[in-house]
Amino acid sequence: MTRQEILDELKKVLTPYTADKEALAKVDENTDLIKDLKINSANLVDIIIDAESKYNIEIDYDSADRMTNVGSCIDVISEKMGQGQV
Amino acid sequence: MNKRVVVTGLGVVSPNGVGIPDFLNAIQNGVSGIRFNPLYEELKFSCQVAGTPLFDWEGLKNYISEVSFYGLKARGIGYGLQAALDAWTDAGNQIESEETDWDTGCIFGNSIADTEAMKNVITRVDNKEVKKLGSRVVEQAMNSGVTSYISGRLGLGNKVITNSAACATGTQAILMGYEYIKHGYAKRMLVGSTEHVDTYVFGAFDSMRVLSRKFNDQPDRASRPMSTTAGGFVPGSGSAALVLEDLDYALARGAKIYAEVLGGSSNSGGQRGGGSMTAPAPAGVIRSIEEAVKLSGIEPNQIDLISGHLTATLADRFEIQNWSTALGRSGDDFPFVNSLKSMIGHSLSAAGSIESVASILQIVHGFVHPNVNLEDPNPEITNIIGNNCLPTTIVKTDVNIVAKANFGFGDVNSCLIFSKFNN
Repeated sequence: MTRQEILDELKKVLTPYTADKEALAKVDENTDLIKDLKINSANLVDIIIDAESKYNIEIDYDSADRMTNVGSCIDVISEKMGQGQV
Repeated sequence: MNKRVVVTGLGVVSPNGVGIPDFLNAIQNGVSGIRFNPLYEELKFSCQVAGTPLFDWEGLKNYISEVSFYGLKARGIGYGLQAALDAWTDAGNQIESEETDWDTGCIFGNSIADTEAMKNVITRVDNKEVKKLGSRVVEQAMNSGVTSYISGRLGLGNKVITNSAACATGTQAILMGYEYIKHGYAKRMLVGSTEHVDTYVFGAFDSMRVLSRKFNDQPDRASRPMSTTAGGFVPGSGSAALVLEDLDYALARGAKIYAEVLGGSSNSGGQRGGGSMTAPAPAGVIRSIEEAVKLSGIEPNQIDLISGHLTATLADRFEIQNWSTALGRSGDDFPFVNSLKSMIGHSLSAAGSIESVASILQIVHGFVHPNVNLEDPNPEITNIIGNNCLPTTIVKTDVNIVAKANFGFGDVNSCLIFSKFNN
């Protein structure tokens, strides 16, 4: 999967957790989950659980801590999918 | 301080009607909300009928944000949210608010938070999948889930309390809200209660052999308070909410006023003198009613209607005897008595608030709702009070004062006195 493909799928994972659909439509690698998408920090764990299930991966605590913006989410997901940095 | 307290908003999610207009129509016409549930037959329950609201779950999206709705599974919270927000808007308030409302609090009760949520926890943990539980479980498994959702949605900043007193929960919540306003601690209190009787709670009651079991093939006849053929209660689910308000505050903002709460009492028989975990001590019940009447500044003969606890068990006749002793009234001199449970079953913690909303609607619209399934009143009851006190069809009459009581496991009693509002 390319980074763009992961991003497109990630947008679907994020959809139920943000009320700001305009910000979601304009999402790019620099978009911050909490500041830009106004996602409740408690929900980050739900996003990680959904991503684990969607990509059939396991995200450990340390990796999860890195997932603060869309770019770092894509980094972690692609790493865990065994693709390394793409 | 001694403020007068009035009711300015009502909301309800009842097995026989969701929303005030449908509920009003149902109680005027004796519409039953009790239905057969094939799952209970499959689970080999003795009682296979229940009062379950015909609730549009997706409709909750009109009440809370999509983000909040996504992941909400606890039905009791859903019922409570809808009833509370309906009461809030009925009282002429906006749901959206930027600021915290320090003058308004919330007291909402339930018996059991949500065993479906807990089942999910138990299953995941036992399967070593705790990491998959996510962030939304605790808020729905905690008893204060319903008050947290309500007060958070509306920005309520006064006392926010979740009470629990088994079947007396709803009346107790209203009484507590009344007392806070009366003593000047709050201007408004959004009060009520909710209950979702799921399979597991239902099963626990079924095992106690206190549920109706002879009318599984005729659900609308299954709940038979005060009848000779009463054979146990029918579990129900739902919620109701009231906006209670300092009279001066209500008048200043030009709110419509449904009724006044004159007073009430909550006590316990102490599980002595005939009282136990499951049965109320007569002395406690009588004392609670007497105290409610006295604190309300009325005479017993001013009561037009008793909205009873009356669940359709052996306890019905003891309850009527207790009312008779407490009020010093009997025979044809007794007030009208009705049991909403004949139409919707017994919704445990939610019973008190749903029945209080019914009481207020009877005051506002001038009627006494029928007791359905009372074609064969128990002679041990009609030995105490006249047949005319037990209407089986609607009676259109002025209702000025209603006494509403509920009695719960733990020998807890709660009695409220509602009155037509006269300034």
